[in-house]
Amino acid sequence: MADLIYFGRLGDVTGKMSERASLPEDVMTVMALRSWMESRYENTGAFQDRTVRIAVNNAIVPETFKLSDGDEIAFMPPVGGG
Amino acid sequence: MTGIVISTDPINTAESLREFEMSVPEAGAIVSFSGQVRPKAGDSSVKALHLQAYPPMTDQGISGAVEEASRRWPLEGVLVRHRVGDITVGEVIVFVAAASAHRRAAFEAADFLMDYLKTNAVFWKKEVRDTGEVWIEPRAEDYEDQARWTTQETN
Repeated sequence: MADLIYFGRLGDVTGKMSERASLPEDVMTVMALRSWMESRYENTGAFQDRTVRIAVNNAIVPETFKLSDGDEIAFMPPVGGG
Repeated sequence: MTGIVISTDPINTAESLREFEMSVPEAGAIVSFSGQVRPKAGDSSVKALHLQAYPPMTDQGISGAVEEASRRWPLEGVLVRHRVGDITVGEVIVFVAAASAHRRAAFEAADFLMDYLKTNAVFWKKEVRDTGEVWIEPRAEDYEDQARWTTQETN
C-alpha cells in the first residue's frame, strides 16, 4: 500500500486530498506511477505534466526512483508561494 | 529569537512584532513585513484564499531560507509566521521580521525571506473569486525577484 497525496490542482483532478492505494506490481518507478495515475483519472495529462514534481517520503525524487511498499507519495504542482 | 510558525490561526501582527522586539534586546534595527489578502486579482474580485502546506517539507524549506539569511547577514533574530487554510480578504497571510545591529541587514534579510516565501516556499494557493476558484502558480516577476539573490553579492 502507498499513501498518495494530491496538492493544488491535482486535488481537483482526483476529487480528494489523499488516498491509500495498492500499487500494481508493474508500477515500480515514478515514471510508471505517472502513467498508472493517468489511467485511473481520465487521462487528463495532469499526472504526466513534468512541472508536477513527486516527493516520496518528503523528498523530491527523479523519474527513475524505485517505489517501495508503504511509501508516502506526494504529487506537487509548482508551488504558488504565500 | 528564530521562529517559524505555520498555522490556521489568525496572525496578530502587533503582538507578533512586540514579542519579537522583546526577544532581540541586542538588536538596533528591526524590520517587519506583513502581507494581507488583496481584494482584487486583475479584473476579478477575490473573496478568500485557500492555502495548503506539506509539513515537514514546508517547514524544512523555510528553515533553509532562514539559515541562508543568517549566513548572508549578521542577524539577531528572525520570525516567520504564515497562515494556511482559508483566509479571507484583508486578513494577514504572512508576517516576517528580521533583527540586526543595523538597518540594512534587517531590510535585506526580510526582503530575501519574502522573495523565498513568494516563490519557492512549499505552499499551494487557490483564489476564491467571484468568477470561480483558481489555483495560482508563481508569476514571472516573482522568479525575477528571487533571482536577484543569486546574482547579487551582499555586503
